[in-house]
Amino acid sequence: MAKAKSNERAIDELSYEEALTELEGLVTALEENQNPLEEALKLFERGQALAARCGALLEAAQLKVQKLTDETLTPFEEETE
Amino acid sequence: MQTALFPSAPLTVSQLTFHIRKRLEDDPALREVWVQGEISNLAHPNSGHLYFTLKDKNAALRCVMWKLDAARLRFNLQDGLAVEAHGKIAVYEPQGQYQLVVNLLQPKGEGALYQEFLRLKAMLEAEGLFDVERKRPIPELPQTIGLVTSQTGAALRDMLNTLRRRLPLARVILAPSAVQGAEAPPALVKALQTLNQQNPDVILLARGGGSIEDLWGFNDERVVRAVAASQTPVICGVGHETDFTLCDFVADLRAPTPTAAAELATQITLDDLHTQVAYLSSRLATQTLGLLAEQKAFVAALAARLKYISPERRIQTESQKLDELSRRAGSALIHRIQLQAARVHGITKRLHALNPTAVLARGYAIITSQESGRVISKVAQAKGAMQARVSDGEFEVKRI
Repeated sequence: MAKAKSNERAIDELSYEEALTELEGLVTALEENQNPLEEALKLFERGQALAARCGALLEAAQLKVQKLTDETLTPFEEETE
Repeated sequence: MQTALFPSAPLTVSQLTFHIRKRLEDDPALREVWVQGEISNLAHPNSGHLYFTLKDKNAALRCVMWKLDAARLRFNLQDGLAVEAHGKIAVYEPQGQYQLVVNLLQPKGEGALYQEFLRLKAMLEAEGLFDVERKRPIPELPQTIGLVTSQTGAALRDMLNTLRRRLPLARVILAPSAVQGAEAPPALVKALQTLNQQNPDVILLARGGGSIEDLWGFNDERVVRAVAASQTPVICGVGHETDFTLCDFVADLRAPTPTAAAELATQITLDDLHTQVAYLSSRLATQTLGLLAEQKAFVAALAARLKYISPERRIQTESQKLDELSRRAGSALIHRIQLQAARVHGITKRLHALNPTAVLARGYAIITSQESGRVISKVAQAKGAMQARVSDGEFEVKRI
């Protein structure tokens, strides 16, 4: 599990995809059932936090629209009618 | 030329008209006709059939378009419109009129466009640009979605609404482009290229409905090749359901409309993601609770085993042994003591029997020499001062 340790980052810095990918990997690792109990409980705690992070990101998601002009990105304001 | 004196019996009008009709309708050159002209006297009665006259400077041609063919028209007819009509010449006997029965009608010039379309399509197809093997899969959950469309069209609004509803998690990069007119092809090519540099997960190439000329930019060879060259999979959603452009053929996926393109780009929606997170959460909880229960059972089993082999148990066993031993040791000792006591008692009794003082009580006396202290048991020994001992004391005796 050295790999997971080195990848472990503060959860509120993770993007949705990162959090979800880690959560999926973590659940799979748990299901393979080869972790010492203490480690498994740590994984569970992190998993819960990851799931909460995913849920919060989904709740808060707002489509971000940018406009590309000559290789420059600027926020795009939709015209309202 | 002289008229016959005795003409044969005259034909009826019907017979003659039938004859003319047969001549006209049997003529192969009149069965498949393309003719161009300007529409006039347009009439569309309730029957759904269309009646009009095609004219040029010197001639007019009556035309009819039956309801079923008329329903397929994709543009509005009006007097004065230059068109190309395809059909066959027929005779309407009640009026004695010949007319063109039109089955295809298109704005003038479209025929040439269509020929160009077919030529280009055949060429690009031969190059393999439309091969199924070239089609790339569309990512199910794109993080970045590129849009190539008009900045002001309804297509953009429809797509953004759809994306916002289905996958607000996504980031959208709009590369605005002209989508009709001569400036459209180079603008579309440039938008596709600059958008590719941003490395989106999927590109939507879209435009709302319009006339075939309006959509023509999406049949331009430059645009088709730019779509083929795109590093990013492209979904093409141009016009309506029935519109097919070369971009539809070359794109990795064809969508009937811009909205459908946005839907196809978001196969996994926000709802799916919520479900997925909930599912993972429950798997996590189930797994952890299961693991805990398992560990508890394991610990309980170990504890039971530990109890069995614990030193406490040995200590108890040993202590019991010790008790047993000491019990046995104790009783052995008591036995011996009792034995000894019995012996002592016996000996005491015997000793008691031997006590000389008991004899004195019966009237005997013990005489001892005062000099030597020895018991006088023979006459010869009785001399000098002697001591007589009786049951209650002593006194001095002399031999007389």
